[in-house]
Amino acid sequence: MTVPTDLDRRFRDAAVQARLLDAGYDVVDSPVGPLLVAATEQGLLRVSFDAGGDPAESLEQIARLAGPRVLRAPRAVSAARLELDEYFAGRRRGFDLPIDLRGQAPFTVSVLGELAKVPYGHTRTYGELAARAGNPSAARAVGTVMNRNPLPIVLPCHRIVGSSGSLVGYGGGLERKELLLRLEGAIL
Amino acid sequence: MMDAVATIPPFETFYAEHAGEVLRLLRRRLGRDRADDAFQETFLRALRAYDRLGHGEHLRAWVLTIATRVAIDTHRRAGEPAAELPELPHADGRPAYEELAFLTDALPPKERAAVVLRYGYDLDYDQIAAALGSSSDAARQAASSGVRRLRRRAT
Repeated sequence: MTVPTDLDRRFRDAAVQARLLDAGYDVVDSPVGPLLVAATEQGLLRVSFDAGGDPAESLEQIARLAGPRVLRAPRAVSAARLELDEYFAGRRRGFDLPIDLRGQAPFTVSVLGELAKVPYGHTRTYGELAARAGNPSAARAVGTVMNRNPLPIVLPCHRIVGSSGSLVGYGGGLERKELLLRLEGAIL
Repeated sequence: MMDAVATIPPFETFYAEHAGEVLRLLRRRLGRDRADDAFQETFLRALRAYDRLGHGEHLRAWVLTIATRVAIDTHRRAGEPAAELPELPHADGRPAYEELAFLTDALPPKERAAVVLRYGYDLDYDQIAAALGSSSDAARQAASSGVRRLRRRAT
C-alpha cells in the first residue's frame, strides 16, 4: 500500500518538530544538479552531488556520522535550501548556516576553517591555503581535504585552484567547478 | 559496538520498507480516518526507540507490534474493547514465531506479545518496552509472568 503524500509529509514534519532525528535530509535542485543536503540539530552536515540515483550509500554515511535516525525531512534543511537558492540566484555571497563538522580530523577542520574565509568571486591556490592553515608544505594534503569536502559549495573548495591558475580538480567534477566560478564572476 | 550499530539501517530505509504495511494494518484495525493519526504515532514511537535497538533484525515484527499497540491504545481511548494482540501470525510467517504460536495463543495479549518478542524474536526488554509502549521493567514482568503461566499449563 502506498502511503498518501500528505500523510507521509505530516509524519516527516512531526519527526523534525519532535526533534527525534539524528539527521534530516532532502534533495535540493540547483544549476549544478540535484544536491543531497543533510543537517543535524548542530548544523549542516553534508552536501553531496550524487543525489540523482540511489541515495542508500549517502544515507549509510550520514548514519555512521550522526546516528541511525536519518530521515528525508524537507523541514530539517529548509534554511539550507533557502540560502542555496539565494546563492544560485546571485543574491547571496556567503553562507550564514551553522555547520556540523563532527567526525573530521583536526587538520581537516583547520583547513576547512581557512577555506570558509576565501571570499566570493576570488580564488586561492592549494599552497596558499596550506600556508594559511599553518603548514605551507601541505598543499597535497590540502588537495585531499578539498576532494573530500563534506560541504561543497557552502565551504567553497571550488575557489581553490592550481598555482598556474588552472582548475586542477573537483570532487563534483570540473564542469561544476567551472560553473560555480563563472557564477561568482571569478572566471569569464 | 560499531559493527552492531552499523547493522541497523538508516531510519529512512526502515520507514520506506514498512510504511505501507503498517498503514494497511492500521486501516484494517481502525478504519481510514483514525488510521492516519495512528500511523504517525507508530513511526514516532519507533523513532524514539530506534537508536537504542541493539541490532537490525526482526524490524518488521517490531514495527507491526508497535502499530498493533497503537491501535489498541486508540480503541481504549475511544472506550471500545481492545482486540487481541498481536496480528503477527497473519503478517509474518517466521518459524520462530510459528513455533511459539500454538503455545502462546491463549495468553493474555500483553504477556503473549512480550513472550513472543522475547523468545521468538530475541528482542531485548528495551525494544519490547518500546514496542508495547511500556517500561522495560513492565516488559520483563509481562514476559516472565507469561512464561510462568505457560509452565503452569504445561504441568
